Amino acid sequence: MIAVIDYGMGNLRSVQKAFNHLGFEAAIVDKPEKARNASHLVLPGDAAFGDAMRNLRSRGWEDFLVREVESGKPFLGICVGLQLMFEESEERGKHRGLGMLTGRVLRFPKGQRVPQIGWNQIAIRRENDLLEGVTQGSFFYFVHSYYVDSENSSDCLATTEYGFDYTSIVACDNMWGVQFHPEKSQHVGLRLLRNFANV
Amino acid sequence: MLAKRIIPCLDVKNGRNVRGVKFSADRDAGDPVELAKRYDVEGADELVFYDITASADGRAIVMDLVRQVSEQVFIPLTVGGGIRTFADVREVLRSGADKVSINSAAVITPDIVTQSAESFGSQCIVGAIDALRRPNENSSKWEIYVNGGRKATGLDAIEWIEELVDRGAGELVLNSIDADGTREGYDLELNRTVAERVNVPIVASGGCGNTNHIYEVLTEGKASAALAASIFHFGDYTIPDVKESLKNRGVLVRDLQISSV
Repeated sequence: MIAVIDYGMGNLRSVQKAFNHLGFEAAIVDKPEKARNASHLVLPGDAAFGDAMRNLRSRGWEDFLVREVESGKPFLGICVGLQLMFEESEERGKHRGLGMLTGRVLRFPKGQRVPQIGWNQIAIRRENDLLEGVTQGSFFYFVHSYYVDSENSSDCLATTEYGFDYTSIVACDNMWGVQFHPEKSQHVGLRLLRNFANV
Repeated sequence: MLAKRIIPCLDVKNGRNVRGVKFSADRDAGDPVELAKRYDVEGADELVFYDITASADGRAIVMDLVRQVSEQVFIPLTVGGGIRTFADVREVLRSGADKVSINSAAVITPDIVTQSAESFGSQCIVGAIDALRRPNENSSKWEIYVNGGRKATGLDAIEWIEELVDRGAGELVLNSIDADGTREGYDLELNRTVAERVNVPIVASGGCGNTNHIYEVLTEGKASAALAASIFHFGDYTIPDVKESLKNRGVLVRDLQISSV
C-alpha cells in the first residue's frame, strides 16, 4: 500500500486517484501508526512551508518520516513536499525543514511572473529509475513561488528553466522529490508515479 | 521554458455543456464529462468548468461533474460561477478542483479572496473579472461589472485587479465584455495593460474566433494563457490545430508526449 500523508493541507485526493488509476493501492493516512505497514510514502502539499512543517511536527510525522526514510522505505515529496525535504525555507520568515537533503528553499527572484503556473520542461541530468520512459524535455505542470537551492549537485536529477535553471527533481538513495505535480501532468506524470510505485 | 497554455472552457447548465457543439454523431458532446475527456486527449493544458446556473443545485451538479472528471483526467481543473462564500470555495476544492475562480463575490466581499488565499494558498485562487471599456475615457479605461457582466460597479478595472493580487489571487482571468461573443479577437490592450501592471499570470478570455486571435493575445497581449469556448465546441478548430499554428509561429506550447502508461 502506498501511503499518501495527510497532515491537514492540500489536495490529497488527486494523488491518491492517480495511483488508483494506475492500479496501485493507495490510502490517505492521517496518523503515522497507519503508515507503518506502507510500502511507499508520498508527501504531497501545496500549503505554506511554515504551516506545513508545524502540522507535520504536531502530528508526529517529522520523526516518523526521517526514521522510515533512513530505514530504506521509498519516499516521494511533491511540490511543497519536495521543499520540506530540505533544511530551511525563507517562505514568510525562516522555517526549519525535515533536513533529509542539504540546501535551502528560496523565492523566485524578480523578473519572472510569480507564482510560476503552467507546463514547463525538465532537463534530465542523469539516469534514474524514476524517469524510466520519460523523455528529455518532457512537460510537467508546475505551480510554485519558491524553489530548492540544492547544495549537493549529485542530488539533482533534473532542472527546469524559469529565468534561470533550478532543481526540479531530486533523487538520493530511496528518496525522490519533484517540484511539479505529476498527478496533474497527464501521461508523463502518471508514468513517473508508476515508476515510483514500482521501485 | 514555460509553455503558453490553451484552456477550453465548458459552460455548464444543469449538468450539460450549453454552448453549441458539433462533433461526430457517435459522441454526446453536450456531456461535459465526455467533452473533458476529449479535450484532455487532444492536449488541453487545463480545463475550466463554468457553472452558469449558479444556484445551489447547479453547483452540486458541477461538483459531481468535477468529481467524475478528476477520476479520469489528470490535468488541472478550475471551477467558476456561483461562488459566493468561503464555504463554497472549500467545497469546490474538496470535490477535486485544483483552482477556484472568484468573480462577483470578490467585489461584494473582498475578504473572501484574502481568506481563501490564506487558507488554501494563492495557487488555487483565481481572480476573475468582467471589464467593459468606458465610452468617455479619462484616466480609467475599463470598468468592472458583476453578475455575469450585467451590473456596473463603478470600480476601475486596473485598480481592482491590483487589489485582487494584493489580497492573494495567484492568477487572473480577464474577460472583456466588449469582445465576448464577437469572435473578433481578445481585448489586447486590456491584457497587455494588466500584464505590465501585475506580476501574476494572466489568462485572456472573451472574443476568440480563430487561431490568430490566440497568437495575438499570447504575444502582443502578453497573456500567459488563452481561454476559449465556442471555437472548440463548434469544431471550427481543434486544440492540435491551435497548438500547431502557434508552434509554427514560434510560440512555445506543450507537445503531447504520450508515454506508454
